[in-house]
Amino acid sequence: MIVHLRQPRRQVEVRGGRPARAVLIELGLAPEGHLVIRNGTLVPSDAELGDDDLIEIRPVVSGG
Amino acid sequence: MQNSATMISSRSVPSYLGADVSKCRACGEPAVIDLARHNANFCAEHFIRLCLRQMTRAIDDFGMFSREDRILVAVSGGKDSLALWDMLVMEGYDASGLYIGLGIGEYSDESGRLVREFANDRGLTLHQIDLRNEHGFDIPTAAKATRRVPCSACGLAKRHLFDGAAREHGYDVLVTGHNLDDEAAVLFGNTLRWDVEYLRRQAPVLAASGGFGRKAKPLIRLTEREMAAWCVIRGIDYVVEECPMALGNRHLAYKEALAGLESRSPGVTASFFLGFLERMAPILDAGVDHDDPVACPQCGAPTSAVDEPCAFCRLVATASAHEPVPVRLVLDRRRRKAFDEQWGTTTMETT
Repeated sequence: MIVHLRQPRRQVEVRGGRPARAVLIELGLAPEGHLVIRNGTLVPSDAELGDDDLIEIRPVVSGG
Repeated sequence: MQNSATMISSRSVPSYLGADVSKCRACGEPAVIDLARHNANFCAEHFIRLCLRQMTRAIDDFGMFSREDRILVAVSGGKDSLALWDMLVMEGYDASGLYIGLGIGEYSDESGRLVREFANDRGLTLHQIDLRNEHGFDIPTAAKATRRVPCSACGLAKRHLFDGAAREHGYDVLVTGHNLDDEAAVLFGNTLRWDVEYLRRQAPVLAASGGFGRKAKPLIRLTEREMAAWCVIRGIDYVVEECPMALGNRHLAYKEALAGLESRSPGVTASFFLGFLERMAPILDAGVDHDDPVACPQCGAPTSAVDEPCAFCRLVATASAHEPVPVRLVLDRRRRKAFDEQWGTTTMETT
């Protein structure tokens, strides 16, 4: 599963078929501090992410 | 609703989601967000309603403005100010935008593009000020020329120009997108230093006084997470990257500290800040006489500086006399690396 990350922009490949929270933790990202967007739709941290899903993980802290 | 989650019925939920996928507290449909501080999950529709309710509650509780007022929204291209503008328009307020081009390299280019796109798509009025074209400097140059912390020069310029634009165009109130986490971080920093004067001034609404217009912060009951989610659900493109000049600043460190506390005790940030407003701010403000500002001898704007130009005019004099400085040259090595990573090419890693 390809995951698109921000701050900085990059991509990582991780195993799918598990909840978003597990993926966030594996990547060392605080679940409360990030949004998970699956195939263009926001999902909660218990949502399962499939191997074929397009995933973006976005930090919530940003601003001008 | 633009988020497709609202269209998913229980029969169309993909099988891998299983029966234990979280449900909206209000309607039982699949949730799109979990909010620990509310100990609840929400679908897109009920999340939108929650946010609007929290915003209007802040507006009404603190008497920020009415539906007859003309509102000027200070928009940066970030999630908070664009979400605020969207929410105000959705609630039927008369809200226009003001964008200031700060000249912070690609970060500002992208911010400006997104703000203009937001306003154009919705047919909203957007006022724009370009710091370099109209005042002869940009923020990287100001930071270099004055040896001030970049965020300090930036904040000074924005406050002056926001005030001036609201006056010039006859708006009743200027609103900013400061959210609960922003305000709690400021409060945290001021408390660590026991800076009583700054603590006294930290109000969600400042009445018009001495030539300064009214200012309000309608998002003080909503968090970073909620505002980022608002933008995703509503399909609003915003600058996800942090300002390169703000990376690693003290304000972000305070936010990180509070986020650590919040993850262990959901709701503690809200009780810290909203409790301050309810119980401490009235004590700090009691019996204090506020000095009346005077007019700046150069630009005429109200200022507390007596017998000299206002702080913005002094900043213009120093910064506009300096050769333009590209943003990368005022960043230390760590920030420059982060800047290059954020605005350079995408890389692929495998875990």
